[in-house]
Amino acid sequence: MEKLIQQLINGLHVGSIYALIALGYTMVYGIIKLINFAHGDILMIGAFLAYFMLSSGLPIWAVIVISAILCALIGMAIEKFAYKPLRNAPRISALITAIAVSLFIQNLFMILFKPDPKPFPKTVSLGSLSLGGIRLDGITILTIVVSVALMIALEIFINKTMIGKSMKATSQDSKAASLMGININRTISVTFAVGSMLAAIGGILFSMAYPLIDPYMGTMPGLKAFVAAVLGGIGVIPGAMIGGFIMGIAESLTKAYISSQLSDAVVFGILIVVLLVKPAGLLGKNTKEKV
Amino acid sequence: MNNRKKRYAINTALVLALFVVLNTLISVGVIDMYYEGIIMMIGINIILATSLNLTTGFLGQLALGHAGFMAVGAYASALFTLNAGAGLPDILLLVISLLIGGLMAGLFGVVVGIPALRLRGDYLGIITLGFGEMIRVLLINLEITGGPLGLRGIYPLTDFTNIFWIMVIVVVVIFSLMNSRHGRSIISIRENEIAADAVGVPTEFYKVFTFALSAFFAGVAGGLFAHYMMVLDPKKFNFMFSIEILVIVVLGGMGSITGSIIAAIILTVLPELLRDFSDYRLLIYAVMLLGIMLFKPSGLLGTKEFSFIRKRDKEDMKTEGLGGEE
Repeated sequence: MEKLIQQLINGLHVGSIYALIALGYTMVYGIIKLINFAHGDILMIGAFLAYFMLSSGLPIWAVIVISAILCALIGMAIEKFAYKPLRNAPRISALITAIAVSLFIQNLFMILFKPDPKPFPKTVSLGSLSLGGIRLDGITILTIVVSVALMIALEIFINKTMIGKSMKATSQDSKAASLMGININRTISVTFAVGSMLAAIGGILFSMAYPLIDPYMGTMPGLKAFVAAVLGGIGVIPGAMIGGFIMGIAESLTKAYISSQLSDAVVFGILIVVLLVKPAGLLGKNTKEKV
Repeated sequence: MNNRKKRYAINTALVLALFVVLNTLISVGVIDMYYEGIIMMIGINIILATSLNLTTGFLGQLALGHAGFMAVGAYASALFTLNAGAGLPDILLLVISLLIGGLMAGLFGVVVGIPALRLRGDYLGIITLGFGEMIRVLLINLEITGGPLGLRGIYPLTDFTNIFWIMVIVVVVIFSLMNSRHGRSIISIRENEIAADAVGVPTEFYKVFTFALSAFFAGVAGGLFAHYMMVLDPKKFNFMFSIEILVIVVLGGMGSITGSIIAAIILTVLPELLRDFSDYRLLIYAVMLLGIMLFKPSGLLGTKEFSFIRKRDKEDMKTEGLGGEE
């Protein structure tokens, strides 16, 4: 029983990071129908930026803020140079471009900083709580609190602010939105900026939990976060959160009870089963394509 | 009709001439072992790229797990020769093992393809991606596949001759399929699936069929690869390898078989030439892919086919007209 609760807590820890990253996927997909494969690499950039700033002695809150802002700018730049020219191209071209951007970032970082993993500095030394036989690490609590707070903030941002509402409008019907005077280009830029910020913070939280960073570190969490977004219903923000938590919990339970090697296979297996039963994802609406 | 026969004759002659020239050069030693290896890899990559082109180029569905199918084929055929290989003549053994590899991969293709039926658009890409990763994880964890160490001591059954001819057969099959009624049905799904459905094309059947066929040929390529390398490492068949095959298809032009062939040659030779810059290889790949997508999204040849014979009769124009324009 204690082991189960412990694993559930571990699952919530990783799951909240996946959820944070999944938000970026889901927002971008919702608005321009593109699977932004480079999203996982933004996470990696965020972690690397944090690594260098922490090594130079900046305090952790400044590190998070600065790397989130820088990643937001990088996200916007990627959108402007790589995705914007292809906005009217077939979706397969845009998707391949996204894969190319991801490859580019990974290999650029590999050449710049070498492929070998670097130890992420231990930043915040939070103690750990023991309740019965269950251990609650400070970092676990911090991660869950930060993630959930950011998700709530995002919900408020999208539903209450003008720019958030224009994001919603653009994702429903970008042509109609632009006729109503919404600046589509700016809205898409903001979407990328917000998504990249969340990815950067997710990357830093991830590196605190698994303190080794390398240029390829974004791929697996990126893929899993993407699967989480699809699982919850891509384009649906609460779906991304639920998907993230499911993925995290499924992963840690598989690691604990079946085999740590098989956790990736189980995670993708869940995705395939869900897509078979409910192709639009758990919270997704089934939309019929019009002729 | 006469013109068409002439084209077949010329193409057959060109393929034969190419074989004779390469074979002579190999047997007199102008092409040494190293270059022969590259040529064999080109052959395998041509099979992989043309087969992926079936799904991605002609059917218009993104598949991100082609390496997974290749892995299934490679392991299935290698396991067959390792366990049942005694006593059979080499060429028969190779053919049977390739068929087994291809059929296994094709079976997996059907299994993955049926869910893909029910989904549209990007979801096929996601499912194939997930499938590719699952295959890799399973290969590392199963005992029969040798786990993380992979399979060793596979009999070397391939040489230039059989790779060349198997490649020719695969390309001819794919080419004639795409120029047949079935091929046009497949292309109609790419152009507009709903419209194709509405005019009575059995889109679900063609989607699974194309997907399974594409997997079958990937499995054959995997079998050739296994018997050429003699070792199989599960790490080889990762997501990046699927992407590398996709890059070949995209560079050549999605929907162009000759484009895939040309791109497979370029992208197999290029990394060898870039050996000294091996760290930069994937960066160059990425930049190239970005450049193609931004400036020529249709790839080198688009959906056109390259041919030495320019003149076509009216009937041929009609046959190829569908895929002919962008």
